[in-house]
Amino acid sequence: MLRELYQEVIIDHGRHPRNFGVLPNANHHKEGFNPLCGDKIHLYVQEENGVVKKIQFEGCGCAISMASASLMSEVLCGKTLTEINTIFNDFHLLVTEGNPSKNLGKLAVLGGVREFPARVKCATLAWHTLNAALQDTSGPVSTEEDE
Amino acid sequence: MMNYKKDFPILNQTIHGKPLIYLDSGASSQKPQCVIDAISQYYQHDHANIHRGVYELSQRATHLYEAARHKIKEFINAAHAHEIILVRGTTEAINLVAQSYGRTHFKVGDEILVSTMEHHSNIVPWQMIAEQCGAKVVAIPITDNGEIDLQVYKKLFSIRTKMVAVTHASNVLGTINPIKEMTAIAHEHNVPILVDGAQALPHLPVDIQDLNCDFYAFSSHKAYGPTGVGVLYGKTELLEKMPPYQGGGDMIERVSFAKTTYAKLPAKFEAGTPNIADVIGFGVAIDYLEKIGIETIVGKEQDLLAYATEKLSAIPELRIIGNAAHKVAVISFVLGDIHPHDIGTVLDHEGIAVRAGHHCAMPLMERYNIPACVRASFGIYNTHEDVDALVAGLESVKRLFK
Repeated sequence: MLRELYQEVIIDHGRHPRNFGVLPNANHHKEGFNPLCGDKIHLYVQEENGVVKKIQFEGCGCAISMASASLMSEVLCGKTLTEINTIFNDFHLLVTEGNPSKNLGKLAVLGGVREFPARVKCATLAWHTLNAALQDTSGPVSTEEDE
Repeated sequence: MMNYKKDFPILNQTIHGKPLIYLDSGASSQKPQCVIDAISQYYQHDHANIHRGVYELSQRATHLYEAARHKIKEFINAAHAHEIILVRGTTEAINLVAQSYGRTHFKVGDEILVSTMEHHSNIVPWQMIAEQCGAKVVAIPITDNGEIDLQVYKKLFSIRTKMVAVTHASNVLGTINPIKEMTAIAHEHNVPILVDGAQALPHLPVDIQDLNCDFYAFSSHKAYGPTGVGVLYGKTELLEKMPPYQGGGDMIERVSFAKTTYAKLPAKFEAGTPNIADVIGFGVAIDYLEKIGIETIVGKEQDLLAYATEKLSAIPELRIIGNAAHKVAVISFVLGDIHPHDIGTVLDHEGIAVRAGHHCAMPLMERYNIPACVRASFGIYNTHEDVDALVAGLESVKRLFK
């Protein structure tokens, strides 16, 4: 079970997150925060005519939260806002219910999180932050606001 | 050395197929069988509301409740039982003082000295009252080792200083602060001091009259008693001058729509029906601690602290946060660049319960420039074998994240 959570891909992305750093020409930016554990993320999105061209992030957190942000930034690149909405919902179902969907591609490695309810928020922090960034809501987003 | 594990039924179980190793007593200690039995016994035989009934059962419950207050008074060597105010926990005790004392004593520009190593529960209540009164919270800095430098502390006092709030023992660093000296310095400036004793009480001898602090707050559930019970000790002359914190039944002398007068101490601060059963349970926890003896407890825990410090220090890339000369048995650490939550999850799979996160001490995390850390905190039931299991668990963490 532990190996299912900490697959090689997750440890690799957790250690060496892709698309890490400030994105200078971002037109959406949001800070996400998990007050229960202190995980923090700054998410930058460059979006043109409803298509996400590039996602970058900065922050600190556990292997799960960093890997989730890193994989998200790779998978969502080039997707339309509608596609992203679908993937967001599928991802949420994956980590809470364990339902894999073929839409998810390599995000499926995060399916092991389902067995660790205490870690679901680690996996979804980047995603909630992205949602808020795209909606341009004001103020930082916290994992304690939804549910 | 005596093994007290057998007194704690919860420890006799497996987690993920491994024997439970509980190293989170700093968050909440486990309960001995005698405390569990006392609560059940009370509800089966003795329960009624207290301070009200003329009937036998109510008198019995009142007697048990007040006997527990007396045990607490004896345990911390307070001068009077009416100086023991029973509340929900350390947090409520601190809020009570901040609101009741603060509202009547703090003015615009006043300063409250709060140490950098405080738990949020000894920071936020002061910030709240400061905001209401136009006062200011001033941080007492700490050294890299995690100690308060008394020379630096002395210099923070001015005519504006109206309160000092400091922990007896840090929940993250383990540091035991020099409360007696800090109190004497505060008193030289006619400033009262509140001490957060949540991490100290079951691990150190606490003699209130010797410390001479003005307020001392602690929780039952960190001292082998039930949750939902806390104690505020306050000096009579201060408590008498303070207005009630909450209004309601049991805290009045006489009520009319024209004028209400308040009850004497401690009832003035105990509005409403209290947590009777758990207060009685806490009294039994104190009996249990006294039977073992505080010297025995300190000896056993200091031995565990020394053993664990030695074993953990030997792990490459492990860095202990907090190296004060005097510590309670609390060890916080970081391990290379592996995030504390990942360490916590892996250890859980080895049956080992530790705390990972900011430990409700975000300003302290900032002081050490770490987002979070892992904390192993020990109780009387822990053994050298538990430390060995932790060390072995950390080896599995390193293997997984190599």
